[in-house]
Amino acid sequence: MALVSLLPFTLVYAAETATHSTINLRAGVTDISHQVYDLHMTIFYICIVIGLVVFGAMFYAIIFHRKSKGAKAANFHESIKVEIAWTIIPIIILIVMAIPATKTLIAMEDANEADLTIVVTGSQWKWHYKYLDHDIEFYSLLATPNEQITGKWLKGDTYLLEVDKPLVIPTNKKVRFLMTSDDVIHSWWVPDFAVKKDANPGFINEAWTNVNEPGIYRGQCAELCGKDHGFMPVVVKALEPTEFDLWMEKKKQEKAAAKAEEKRLLAMSMSKEELMAEGEKVYMGYCAACHQQNGMGLPGVFPSLVGSPAVTGDVAEHIDVVLNGRNGTAMQAFSKQLSLKQIASVVTYERNAWGINSGDFVQPKDIHQFIQNQ
Amino acid sequence: MSTITQNNSATEHSENHDDHAHGPAPGIKRWIFTTNHKDIGTLYLWFAFIMFLVGGAMAMVIRAELFQPGLQIVEPHFFNQMTTVHGLIMVFGAVMPAFTGMANWMIPMMIGAPDMALPRMNNLSFWILPFAFLILLSSLFVEGGGPAFGWTFYAPLSTTYSGDSTALFVFAIHIMGISSIMGAINVIVTIFNMRAPGMTWMKLPLFVWTWFITAYLLIAVMPVLAGAVTMVLTDKYFGTSFFDAAGGGDPVMFQHIFWFFGHPEVYIMILPAFGIISTIVPTFSRKSLFGYASMVYATASIAFLSFIVWAHHMFTTGMPVFAELFFMYCTMLISVPTGVKVFNWVATMWRGALSFEVPMLFSIAFIVLFTFGGFSGLMLAITPVDFQYHDTYFVVAHFHYVLVTGAIFSLIAATYYWLPKWTGVMYDVGLAKLHFWCSLISVNVLFFPMHFVGLAGMPRRIPDYSIQFANWNQLISLGGFAFGLSQLIFLALLIKACKKKGKAVDAQVWDGAHGLEWEVESPAPYHTFTTPPQIK
Amino acid sequence: MSDNNATYYVPAQSPWPIVGAVGFFLVAVGSGNLVTQISKTGEAGWGQLVLLAGLIVLFIMMFGWFRDQIKESQTGLHSAQLGISYRQGMSWFIFSEVMFFAAFFGALFYTRTISVPWLAGAGNNAMTAQILWPTFEAIWPLTETPSGKTTQAMGYWGLPLINTLILLTSSITIHFAHVGLEKGKRQQMSWMMGFTILLGFAFLTLQVEEYIHAYQDLGLTLDSGVYGNTFFLLTGFHGLHVTLGTLFLIVIFFRILAGHFNAKNHFAFQSASWYWHFVDVVWLCLFIFVYII
Ligand code: HEA
Ligand code: HEA
Ligand code: CUA
Ligand SMILES: [Cu+2]
Repeated sequence: MALVSLLPFTLVYAAETATHSTINLRAGVTDISHQVYDLHMTIFYICIVIGLVVFGAMFYAIIFHRKSKGAKAANFHESIKVEIAWTIIPIIILIVMAIPATKTLIAMEDANEADLTIVVTGSQWKWHYKYLDHDIEFYSLLATPNEQITGKWLKGDTYLLEVDKPLVIPTNKKVRFLMTSDDVIHSWWVPDFAVKKDANPGFINEAWTNVNEPGIYRGQCAELCGKDHGFMPVVVKALEPTEFDLWMEKKKQEKAAAKAEEKRLLAMSMSKEELMAEGEKVYMGYCAACHQQNGMGLPGVFPSLVGSPAVTGDVAEHIDVVLNGRNGTAMQAFSKQLSLKQIASVVTYERNAWGINSGDFVQPKDIHQFIQNQ
Repeated sequence: MSTITQNNSATEHSENHDDHAHGPAPGIKRWIFTTNHKDIGTLYLWFAFIMFLVGGAMAMVIRAELFQPGLQIVEPHFFNQMTTVHGLIMVFGAVMPAFTGMANWMIPMMIGAPDMALPRMNNLSFWILPFAFLILLSSLFVEGGGPAFGWTFYAPLSTTYSGDSTALFVFAIHIMGISSIMGAINVIVTIFNMRAPGMTWMKLPLFVWTWFITAYLLIAVMPVLAGAVTMVLTDKYFGTSFFDAAGGGDPVMFQHIFWFFGHPEVYIMILPAFGIISTIVPTFSRKSLFGYASMVYATASIAFLSFIVWAHHMFTTGMPVFAELFFMYCTMLISVPTGVKVFNWVATMWRGALSFEVPMLFSIAFIVLFTFGGFSGLMLAITPVDFQYHDTYFVVAHFHYVLVTGAIFSLIAATYYWLPKWTGVMYDVGLAKLHFWCSLISVNVLFFPMHFVGLAGMPRRIPDYSIQFANWNQLISLGGFAFGLSQLIFLALLIKACKKKGKAVDAQVWDGAHGLEWEVESPAPYHTFTTPPQIK
Repeated sequence: MSDNNATYYVPAQSPWPIVGAVGFFLVAVGSGNLVTQISKTGEAGWGQLVLLAGLIVLFIMMFGWFRDQIKESQTGLHSAQLGISYRQGMSWFIFSEVMFFAAFFGALFYTRTISVPWLAGAGNNAMTAQILWPTFEAIWPLTETPSGKTTQAMGYWGLPLINTLILLTSSITIHFAHVGLEKGKRQQMSWMMGFTILLGFAFLTLQVEEYIHAYQDLGLTLDSGVYGNTFFLLTGFHGLHVTLGTLFLIVIFFRILAGHFNAKNHFAFQSASWYWHFVDVVWLCLFIFVYII
């Protein structure tokens, strides 16, 4: 009976291509992921065969050795030989499985001699990527609009698996990932690479991949990391090496431009409207996950900003909390995530939204000064 | 109140007991003050069943939210609480107490003892449980909600980043642990010290054997769990840094401590089930259990191995390769003794005279479906592939196969097997068969497709998922609702049986059954074996 | 197995377990609330009262339960077989306590041999040290944590060594109390038991001294990193067990004075003594692994 339910599995498997199956592992786009996939199929088939043999025997007994068919019970109840046989044979089968598994595992754990190293940092609930030795770093956030999640808008094809800035890596190069976390444990997972590694706060784990085909590969955070664990996708764009170099170049220029813009901002003041508009954008992107869109937080979990002394009290202290976080709580440090402009506007926004209207307007240069004085 | 009745002459026993001080007390007092193993067994069983319904109701919330992609019914934070408390309740509130209830009812009867060895402590170990779960459940209503960090409460999500109810969670777990330890001590001492003359070790019914070994697992690992929650408590509230690298600790250390408890824990939930199946299958095959001795050794080997495989839950945490290999090999090895068990059951059925009463139906379903779960377990043990499976619905499928169609099915089978002995009447067999077929079909609709979505890449513990998983999840949820409703049939049947509606049965309920429990009348008298039986 | 099942004493209904369950409940709710309130507001709320009530209820439970138990024992209801049950129960209880300590010893060994060296770059963790904790050095005792908190280590000379001697002596005195019991020398029994209790008190007093020294002179506190954590949790839980053991011994002492126990029937005495030896052995392990090595 229940055995029958296995059959569609095997059949449909054969019909579907292993690349984007909805019922089976993906073979993926790296040598390792192919090995893993083969290993998976091998064990699976072994299990099927064992299952067929064992339950074949059992259902034979069920059908032919029924009392209602007049079967008389035999009275054997022991046999050392048989017992030994069905201890040894499984052990042999296990050894057969263990050999390729060991080989693949050892290959997977060897992250030496990489061409490119990227530090991957998880934090509630986004990923941060930093290209070691290249002065490129950025955050990668869920890009699915809230309206899709709550069902107001139609859901797209990549629903929940899309980010604002994907990680970009070159193909045919060994890329090493150094995983760590700012807060709780996350786990960085891209099924097509067969890479899943926990990002533990305070420690660095290593993993690597070498992608064969250019493309966009999607995965998710795979370790429960709090409220928005389900909304923390990983998107990786694999580019041909030449294109990748171009992308690197572009990134570096962007960075220079941003620096210049920052300088310009320090010399001038932003208008109230500008600050509030930018602040709202930043708030919704970075703060609302915890403090909620209305600033009320979640009682007992995330504190409310409305009525909080942090927001109505001293401006410097407010800036300090946003820049450096609060130790021992879920409030993280935003100094390296946000630009001066963004911090200035979000502080302004928090002090003037939700009917607070303190009238404090904080400028990028104020933030700059605060940092200088630290 | 605590009247002391002196029974120091064997003759006085059998006659005087039932009408004197030792019959059940009237009313509620019977249940609150009882020292009788059967009463306490009944309490455990009903408590466990109620917890199963409560935990199941939470699973229904989970399935309702996952019926479609998008957030419809609950907030993500509440969803996480449901997942967490569902896991905790099912493990600590349903499966474990249910097995303890079975142990209480059956072990003294099976070994010819008058009661458990330490009857008053027995009462204590039951009654602290409802309070523990009262605390756990009420923590859901604390500001900020109940525990939301998974039943595995990994630090630092459960320490620095957890809600205010964490202290309540910790103390609730402490109490559950105390209860389990006392229960286990009672089982061990009873089996050691209370066997009737002639009941030698290798004559013990397998249910007794498996529980004996389970009890050792319990006293070895529940204190470790207590240690783990204590460290969570001090990390969160007293400034220690066991799980914080900044102070020299390590969040992964939490996982090592937790799984040192957690892996034996999953065998705690399956070894007694093996015992039950080993009791039922011979009965309805009308043939002795094949390989009794190897069953005992296999159980002991599984128990031993269970202490050295814990890190197979932690393959992605970044252990050194040699550790990964060690844990992979040891984990794979567990298939061998477990396989021996499966083969022995099949060999028991082989050339028997089989009949398919309801307990047997559930046992057969157990053997097949548990083995499915075992196979996926074996696949999970293969480290490089586990990197793909880990924390996906493939794992969820694995453990529901071993827990629901394993532990729960064995408990249902045991209930159908011994219920006539407990109540003295045959339950409604028609309803029971309906219950079986509805459960069997819906449980597979519920859990089988979880393999598919898991392999296709759906992580666990998420309230919302990408649309490629939508169709299967819908089916899974429908299966879930159907399985949930099917359990209401069981509830109805149990209520009916407890009201003693049904045909009265003899001492020997099933024609192929052996064992002391079938020598006492049905329903089993309040006191059995006040004079020890002689076992030949 | 035993052939005197016929006289196995199955107690009648008893109110004490449910009283105990209520006690546990109050303790759990009370301490839950207490801990939460203190961490949030720095002040204890209603939790402490509930906790206190719970402890009182537990105390009443133990008193009542043991009173019944002693009465039964004194009236000769307990068979030899029941005595075995109690003894086995007690030894498995002690085993579970051993496992509780094992969790904390495990944490000690893990941090010493794994997490601290890893944070400083051992094994496959070169990048951990290089990127996250560039200045951290692995030493044990961990006098400077990765985040830079410093403390001084507790030596084993002085108080800890004296405490070791005290506990070792107390194991000997309780042994002689037992010898006295078996030989029927009640004088010896009560004196030796009295000594043991005094030694228990002496140990606890010195332990408090040591804690004061740690906090005031060494800056070794509960939150000074894993060294402080393991130090205080291990010695603290041990101290708690010494406290309970001493209370246990005091009860036994009064029972001795009341003429209880004889060479054959002395389960409570024996379990108190087992418990005491267990506490002693834990201390020896502590002394070696926490203080010396
Ligand atoms: C009753 C409970 C129970 C039981 C019995 C098992 C049994 C097994 N489990 Fe399972 N497991 C869980 C409950 C259980 N598990 C739970 C709750 C989790 C998740 C926890 C969480 O994260 O929340 C889990 C997770 C889990 C993981 C971690 C997955 C991950 O998170 O990545 C692994 C990995 O190795 C694993 C392996 C196994 C193995 C090898 C067995 C073996 O014992 C199975 C052995 C049985 C067989 C193999 C079938 C019968 C054998 C034969 C017919 C013989 C011939 C066979 C061969 C030689 C192949 N389990
Ligand atoms: C023995 C243990 C046990 C049992 C019996 C079950 C039973 C069920 N579990 Fe279990 N489950 C776990 C142990 C168990 N589970 C554990 C340990 C986890 C991991 C938790 C974690 O990640 O931390 C988990 C996680 C888990 C998840 C994953 C959640 C997530 O990752 O976010 C899901 C999702 O579908 C699920 C579903 C179910 C369902 C549908 C049942 C059904 O079998 C339940 C059927 C019973 C009933 C439904 C009750 C009876 C009916 C009523 C009360 C009437 C109401 C009925 C209707 C309205 C239809 N469980
Ligand atoms: Cu980050 Cu889950
Ligand atoms: Cu396991």
